[in-house]
Amino acid sequence: MATSTPNALQEADRHAVTMGQRLSEFWYYFSENRGAVIGLWVFVFLVVVAILAPLLAPHMPQQQYRDAILVPPYWQEGGRAAYLLGTDAVGRDLLSRLLYGARFSLFIGVIVTTLSLTVGIFFGVIAGYVGGKTDTFIMRIMDVILAFPSLLLALVLVAVLGPGLINAMIAIALVLQPHFVRLTRAAVMSEKTRDYVVAAKVAGAKPLRLMFKTILPNCMAPLIVQATLSFSTAILDAAALGFLGMGAQPPTPEWGTMLAEAREFILRAWWVVTLPGLAILVTVLAINLMGDGLRDALDPKLKRS
Amino acid sequence: MSDDALLEIRDLDVTYWGRSLLGLKGKGFHAVKSANLSIRPGETLGLVGESGSGKSSIANTVLGLVPATAGSIRFGDVDLASMRTRYPSAVRKEIQAVFQDPYSSLNPSMTVEDIVTEALRVHTAMTRDERRGRALELLKLVSLSEEHLERHPHQFSGGQRQRIAIASALALTPKLIVLDEPVSALDVSTQNQIINLLYERRDALGIAYLLIAHDLALVHHISDRIAVMYLGHIVEEGPSDRVYRSPAHPYTKALLDAVPLLDPDAQRRRRATRKALPARETPRVASQGCPYRNRCPHVMPRCEAEMPPDYPVDGGGTAACFLFDGSTATTERTSDLGAPA
Repeated sequence: MATSTPNALQEADRHAVTMGQRLSEFWYYFSENRGAVIGLWVFVFLVVVAILAPLLAPHMPQQQYRDAILVPPYWQEGGRAAYLLGTDAVGRDLLSRLLYGARFSLFIGVIVTTLSLTVGIFFGVIAGYVGGKTDTFIMRIMDVILAFPSLLLALVLVAVLGPGLINAMIAIALVLQPHFVRLTRAAVMSEKTRDYVVAAKVAGAKPLRLMFKTILPNCMAPLIVQATLSFSTAILDAAALGFLGMGAQPPTPEWGTMLAEAREFILRAWWVVTLPGLAILVTVLAINLMGDGLRDALDPKLKRS
Repeated sequence: MSDDALLEIRDLDVTYWGRSLLGLKGKGFHAVKSANLSIRPGETLGLVGESGSGKSSIANTVLGLVPATAGSIRFGDVDLASMRTRYPSAVRKEIQAVFQDPYSSLNPSMTVEDIVTEALRVHTAMTRDERRGRALELLKLVSLSEEHLERHPHQFSGGQRQRIAIASALALTPKLIVLDEPVSALDVSTQNQIINLLYERRDALGIAYLLIAHDLALVHHISDRIAVMYLGHIVEEGPSDRVYRSPAHPYTKALLDAVPLLDPDAQRRRRATRKALPARETPRVASQGCPYRNRCPHVMPRCEAEMPPDYPVDGGGTAACFLFDGSTATTERTSDLGAPA
């Protein structure tokens, strides 16, 4: 025991060093891209805001103040310090709603991306590895899904499933998942002819192990990039569905839904439309910038071996 | 071909079927035609031939990556050819491989420990710690050390990578290792180290090698016997020294003559003789007649009509050439071109 403990420590240490090396290498390439670093910070800021929303928000997001309907932001004439970014048509504090809205957006992004990533990887790996009729079958289905304009298909699905945030997320995940299938399939097909796969086969690895343990980890870089990019697509699509009344339903402080509610006040009260719109814009832009940086850092084609 | 052979290949055909437009079986491509080979335990058989001669197809068939079209491959008591590509674990773990390019044969996302112990994980019930211990032993066998266990392949040089590949092939102490051009992707200086390493391991562990290469000098150096392939046929087979010093089949001679000589004058003279020879390539029909007949300086009428069977050659081995029909003349074969010293 006495000897094994320092040994274990040493091992953990060494492991940390190699992980650290990889991280620092990753960071080196990532930080080459200024926009990506800014995007990362904005994203981190959003995550913090979403987590701390109950502490940061001055009011409850659903609380209606009858005496403060369509109050402009405080720096404008008629603005009040209690409502920093003004209130909406039923007197709810816009800042609080936006802060809570960040939670919904990130939640949508995480769930949709995880869902479409796992399903997409699963079918992509099978299509790429097995090939033949299975491949044709899976890919034709994906082609059918891709043939529809994505938002339209999501809209149809939500119409069938019934409006609501959960159904909207399922619909968006389904619409986004063909991209993952294609990407995974392409990566698997190019990797599976490499010698290390043959070597694993000779070592006796079974097909499932070959698919998910041997090949898949080497296909992750493009998938991570695609995942970040579809994170923002998911947020955007969810907002669009919300705007069309098919996503999150009204009292929910979801950014797209907020936009939809505020539509009729575009000319009278600019802040009720502009601010949620800006929130969506900033989030999506930050995540896209981050995705570009990730691509630079992870794409093996841009990197020396 | 004796009964004590570890691996015995009989009349092996490997045919790749093309696909026609409708997904039906198209025209076949005969990569290997009725090949016979045998390897005894602990023996090294060198398989040489130009690219496309089918040597890798034989290797892949033995490894169970490509199904045999006809013939048999007896390994111990089992017939590998009848199992096609589904080898049971007991067989699979006895045949391992080292591939040509160490830059693509090691999984870039795994650590050295995982790579070396992959076969152990599949075939044994060893615990993680036991596997780690075995991995250490293996790394020591190939002159790497403990500190390399946690590293990834991209942190190693070509020679080191090939050592890792060899270590993982040795993990289960198999009876046969297929070496598919194990050194041709390496520097000449590293080649020697790897060859010596393979040599030592063979002598220490009694592993048989099926060594595939196109460099005859290298094969001669390490092999007990050599088989020469041309367009899917094994044209000559015999003890390493005999094949290297007094090649029997005209193709083997041509192959040996392709090794450049150190003396420029001798090289020039030899090139002049070679230019006088016909140089037409045989179309790869190989349905009839000797595959080498169109390039052979000794071609005779019967070479067009029938495939020469394997004739015994003085000094051991066989050659598929009508020059050795009957006892006519191995004396005349003492080479006008001469084997390179």
